[in-house]
Amino acid sequence: MIVFIPLYAAFKKVPVYETFIEGAKDGFGTAINIIPHLVGMMVAISMFRASGAMDIMASLIRPMFDGLGIPSEVLPLGLLRPLTGAGSLAFTTELIKTYGPDSMIGRISSTIQGSTDTTLYVLTVYFGAVGIRRSKYALKVGLFSDLVGFFAAIIVCLIVFQ
Amino acid sequence: MVNYIWLFFIAVSFVCAIVNGRMEALTEAAFEGAKSGVTVSFGLISVMVFWMGLMRIGEDAGLLRKIAVMLQPVVRFLFPDVPKGHPALGYIMSNMSANILGLGNAATPMGIKAMQELQKLNPDKETASAAMCTLLALNTSSITLVPTTLIAIRMTYSSVHPAEIVGTTLAATLIATAAAILADRWYRMRDKHKPPKWTDHDSKHHSDAMPQAPPGSAAAGQGKGEAIV
Repeated sequence: MIVFIPLYAAFKKVPVYETFIEGAKDGFGTAINIIPHLVGMMVAISMFRASGAMDIMASLIRPMFDGLGIPSEVLPLGLLRPLTGAGSLAFTTELIKTYGPDSMIGRISSTIQGSTDTTLYVLTVYFGAVGIRRSKYALKVGLFSDLVGFFAAIIVCLIVFQ
Repeated sequence: MVNYIWLFFIAVSFVCAIVNGRMEALTEAAFEGAKSGVTVSFGLISVMVFWMGLMRIGEDAGLLRKIAVMLQPVVRFLFPDVPKGHPALGYIMSNMSANILGLGNAATPMGIKAMQELQKLNPDKETASAAMCTLLALNTSSITLVPTTLIAIRMTYSSVHPAEIVGTTLAATLIATAAAILADRWYRMRDKHKPPKWTDHDSKHHSDAMPQAPPGSAAAGQGKGEAIV
């Protein structure tokens, strides 16, 4: 892909290097823009963990999830994902850092983060841009697909990586 | 909503830290969290810059348009009420292609342009049309082929196989998208069979539509109001 795309583009007479720089600027902006979000969320999560609150919450949820073979550590991610993209990205990063990227928790959280989207943000941006105030059933459909995506990610990972 | 969750995290942490006698650890954890937030963002810069640069080349070379052409039958099936050849369809196809390529930044402006075109077809400018709901369903379930950011983070934490989640992500995203489309179709059907509701908005709209109401009655109404005051 790294070779094919520039070659194909050069064949199509696209100024490859200049175009690359143009797009790369966007990437830099994106990475910088998420710093405040990541700092805010990671502070909160780090405090939540250090205070022992995370352990209490996990011990409450664990019995339900153990029966299904789901690691309870990923549950907060399912709640956070539809609300905040950068926030849930921070949570995923925490999980990967704590348990390792190649652990089951690391794989499941990566898949959840990659396969669902921030429904509330998308709804606000898209409908806000054209002045829609009544969204009808759009939110229900979005949240339903988030729920399906969350469990699909867990089940697919359990099947593939076990 | 996010405000409450954030506040909940911090307030509960504070209470728990007092109960467990971990106040010092709490302060330390706060600064530790801030530090890793910045570290992670900086780690992302290299991969994001490289990937977005490469993808821009792909976009300019017309790969986006190629995928858009391939998606045409799918889009016609999903948006039966948008007339053939309408510009909205073009933007919807571009939006889907960009999502598939993992170009979130390119997908959003095209999604918004698609919404603007759909708004032109929408009889009620404040209520979402069925086509708008379908477009939103596709975007919230986000068909993803390459989860760039996640691969970048996994590389940052020295994963042995950073890209091993591509397959599972694709599978999960296909299931989520299928669920979104099915739910969307179900609501669409239900809306069609249901007689239109007489809502507050409808009645307001109705009175707006009749500006030539007898002037006498309006004057009388006004007079009445003044009399009460």
